[in-house]
Amino acid sequence: MTVRVQTADFDAGREIAALRDGDARVGAVAAFIGTVRDVNDAAHVSTLTLEHYPGMTEKALETIVAEARARFDIVDALVIHRVGTLAPTDQIVLVAVTSGHRGEAFDACRYLMDFLKTRAPFWKKETTPEGARWVDARTSDDEAAARWEPPAALR
Amino acid sequence: MSARQARGYLVAFPMPDSRNFADVSVNLVYLARLREAFGRAGEALTLPAGDASVAAVLAALRARGGAYATELAAGRAVRVAVNHALVGADSVVRGGDEVALLPPVTGG
Repeated sequence: MTVRVQTADFDAGREIAALRDGDARVGAVAAFIGTVRDVNDAAHVSTLTLEHYPGMTEKALETIVAEARARFDIVDALVIHRVGTLAPTDQIVLVAVTSGHRGEAFDACRYLMDFLKTRAPFWKKETTPEGARWVDARTSDDEAAARWEPPAALR
Repeated sequence: MSARQARGYLVAFPMPDSRNFADVSVNLVYLARLREAFGRAGEALTLPAGDASVAAVLAALRARGGAYATELAAGRAVRVAVNHALVGADSVVRGGDEVALLPPVTGG
């Protein structure tokens, strides 16, 4: 399993090829890419700055990936999350999961994103024509994570 | 309570004298919105021995008033991590601990 927090962009094709490279156990790959929208809560977004808590963020992501591996029958998982200042259409996050069959790959990918959104220490600050503002946490994200029975380490 | 009873109590259950214990100094880390509200990324904070808990850290900061009282008021969604692990308010802190205050997360 791999977890990376980086300022640089990523090439999802190359990352997925590396994730499943030569592994004939893999029959399914599910991936999610989050990107920067130009509108959030009815305001135009010029830039999005992502901050993390070095040390704790990587540890939190590793915990979430370990829980996904324990919960789903997957072969491997990859999480890349960017930090720094991004512009609309830029890539923010990549989650990719390999497994023998599609069901586990889809489920594990969604699980990873749901808990990344609600448990991993990242914060977004938007710059809009009205000024800069910290993005508020969404109740809908908590509800998405709550659909999964929480693993002990995340309670 | 009479003087005799008080002496008896002290003999039976000696109360710790805080002057005999080193105070506890922790390293605070303020993240995202809290860093901007407080105008600093962190600081060292010394707590009196015998009251070294997450709750005591928050109480000491709130007592400063201003942005500290506003941002850390009861009901505000601030979580605390000690040495990179989320903890509850009743958790004990020890000398040298890194105590971080985290606003609600918004990654992904």
